[in-house]
Amino acid sequence: MRAGRRLAAVCIMCLILTAALGACTGGRNGGDTSQQASSAQGASSTADSGESASDAGQTDAAQTRDDITIGIPQDIDSLDPHAARAAGSREVLFNLYEGLVKPSSDGELLPAIASAWTISDDATVYTFTLREGVLFHDGSAVTAEDVVYSIERCADPEQPDTFQSALEAIESVSVTENGEVEIVLGAPDSEFLAQLTCAIIPAGNATPAQTPVGTGPYKYVSHAPQQNLVIEKFDDYWDPDHAAHIRNVTFKIEADVNTVVMELKAGTIDMFCRLTTDMYTQLADDFTIYEGTMNLVVAMYLNNAHAPFNDARVRQALCYALDKEEIFDFIFDGSGTPLGSSMYPSFGKYFDASLNDTYTTDIDRAKELLAEAGYENGFTFTLTIPSNYDQYVDMSEVIREQMARIGVTVNIQLIEWNSWLSDVYGGREYEATIVGVDASTMTAAAMLSRFRSDASNNFVNFNSAAYDTAFANAKAAVDDDEKTAYYKECLTILSEEAANVYIMDMPNYVALNPAFTGYVYYPLYLMDVAALRPVN
Amino acid sequence: MVITLIVVSVCVFVAFSLIPGDPATRKLGTEATAEQVAALRAQMGLDAPLHVRYLTWITSFVKGDFGISYQTGDAVRSLLAKRIPVTFFLALIAFCMTVVIAIPVGILTAKYENSWPDRIVTVLNQIIMSVPPFFSGILLSTLFGLILRWFTPGAYVSYDTSFRAFLGYMLLPAFCVALPKAAMTIKLLRSSMIEEAGRDYTRTAYSRGNTIDGVMYGHILKNAMIPVVTFLGMALADLLAGSIVIEQLFSIPGISRTLITSISNRDYPVVMAVIMGIAATIVTVNLIVDLVYRAIDPRVSL
Repeated sequence: MRAGRRLAAVCIMCLILTAALGACTGGRNGGDTSQQASSAQGASSTADSGESASDAGQTDAAQTRDDITIGIPQDIDSLDPHAARAAGSREVLFNLYEGLVKPSSDGELLPAIASAWTISDDATVYTFTLREGVLFHDGSAVTAEDVVYSIERCADPEQPDTFQSALEAIESVSVTENGEVEIVLGAPDSEFLAQLTCAIIPAGNATPAQTPVGTGPYKYVSHAPQQNLVIEKFDDYWDPDHAAHIRNVTFKIEADVNTVVMELKAGTIDMFCRLTTDMYTQLADDFTIYEGTMNLVVAMYLNNAHAPFNDARVRQALCYALDKEEIFDFIFDGSGTPLGSSMYPSFGKYFDASLNDTYTTDIDRAKELLAEAGYENGFTFTLTIPSNYDQYVDMSEVIREQMARIGVTVNIQLIEWNSWLSDVYGGREYEATIVGVDASTMTAAAMLSRFRSDASNNFVNFNSAAYDTAFANAKAAVDDDEKTAYYKECLTILSEEAANVYIMDMPNYVALNPAFTGYVYYPLYLMDVAALRPVN
Repeated sequence: MVITLIVVSVCVFVAFSLIPGDPATRKLGTEATAEQVAALRAQMGLDAPLHVRYLTWITSFVKGDFGISYQTGDAVRSLLAKRIPVTFFLALIAFCMTVVIAIPVGILTAKYENSWPDRIVTVLNQIIMSVPPFFSGILLSTLFGLILRWFTPGAYVSYDTSFRAFLGYMLLPAFCVALPKAAMTIKLLRSSMIEEAGRDYTRTAYSRGNTIDGVMYGHILKNAMIPVVTFLGMALADLLAGSIVIEQLFSIPGISRTLITSISNRDYPVVMAVIMGIAATIVTVNLIVDLVYRAIDPRVSL
């Protein structure tokens, strides 16, 4: 009797567990298996749901869909364009604000608030003619005073919130007799124009974080912290060719990347720009996918001041031990752009693909170099990884295996992003780290100035007299070809000295609801919402 | 009560000054110069010694000035004022669901002890208790959101826009929070009722000719509820913790999500205010539980 009862209980337990587990796998694989399921049955629930989501977009509102919800991975840190530091904020604020010039999708600088400019022969005086009829979102016209106010706001080290170290080179900003704006630099810099994407705000607006007024194709409507940022088309935008197509835009802040795929499928958000490879495979059927690159130099950055990485032979040995293809296969389904120095291909003329071949995987050569440096038995180092970046964590595990092949033991240490910023980046107390370094402006200097031996942000402690000279020459050169040649020399030095173990630029995917089209990749971390339009 | 709160505040304050990561570095990002960081630290008052900072903070906190968020520059007070109702309703709905589900089911399973429904509920309970809310959250939002389409994941509506839509959205997350709590309450109520049913006073009550239901509700339930009320009191406090994961998962901009973001941003004024708020809530709930005890069990005196 008792035994029978127990048996019954066990049976029920098993049944329920199977049911529960069955439900789990169904839920989790719903996305991945939709291709197979729909071809076999044509009635897979996920395929259905995808269709109904886009149906809602296309049939109900056919061509008149004038609102879009875009998921963004984090809240913006400030609506003040000069105080916003996070790349994730810059990509959003790009739609609200403009500078004298603005970046284009092919990496050039387009006239924006300035219609034309002249640069003195010694590249110290920049003179801008302001465009007629550019209006702020509050309806007032942009004046030379607004420009002077905005630039001075960023160039004043007394205001740590808004100060941009790149604008420190400015000696004076003034309005000339004929209403032009003249910027005088302390030292020649023919690349300085790229810094003048610095946003122009109305003179006297001391709190743009509370009253965000710019000149961009969209104007600010509302911001609910941790929830959303709403912007609306600015009807009086000066450039009819780049005016917005979609009237109402909501940036929805996604707290948790795990919910992004679900919200895309449910139609809660129409677009998400930072999809990883496995998110992309779940969405490929129902969404328009734009493929591009992250525009980052992902590398195992080495503390060059720390033994044994102060020996170039050791650094080179690690480069020889690295197998990039294996990383691409393991983490990115085989895609990825290999890099050999601190420059990625979207930069155009500065990128030198031949540097990718400085080191090809060669275990024997790596062991030889280690032996020459006195480490024939290998050594152990700690690889510090910011734990919020899954891809770097994954990479560190592949690299640990690769380094083991030459007898080098890697201890992986995960730390939080803030600790990374203060200890690794600021304090330079680390041995090696994997991170992606981006460029804030489309200038080679933005990428390369950090490797000067005395640069304040030289977190890898790279120290090479030859590099310092080449960089100084590049900076001083006014002629573009000469400048490019010097920058390429810098890149070659970084590669040959093996300043870091360069890995890749990561693939990036953008998912867009098929009711819209027109997404454009920029070589910088920017999102151009004005380029999006409904499908007609 | 006040002492508990002071101890909490000191612990949290010290803990956050010991962990690595600096608000000024965080705010200025990777391109800041050392001078810039130093200037901002001075502006934020971070260069003062720990005890000075603590005293400054606690004096203004007691006066009701919670400070300014490092990250947004808004007053912490107004920032939290918008969040508190969100988490409050989430916890309230979840708590009501717990009670509404658990008490009837608990009574029934005790009444029909060892019947088939009782066994099924017991097994289900065991499973639900061992599934963490984040997993049931993913499972339920896939089921209701993508398969049944009764629910739009992430389509949170603020309570000041439309209160009905807000409540509608909150049902599923609240259910996820409530589920494990309800399971535990059922288990507790069932065993506590069965235990009471075997006592002498129950037998006496039957011998006086009371009906089964009369004894059940009039005598047993009253005594069996005492441990359950204690548990529900703790559960209410625990709902706040459970909602941390759920708010993140369902992108609900409540207190818990603010806490997570502000910790990772090293936004200490916000972190301190939230933690003090949670601590105060827990202390208050415990006090209320003690009072409720007294109401249902006159033997307890405070």
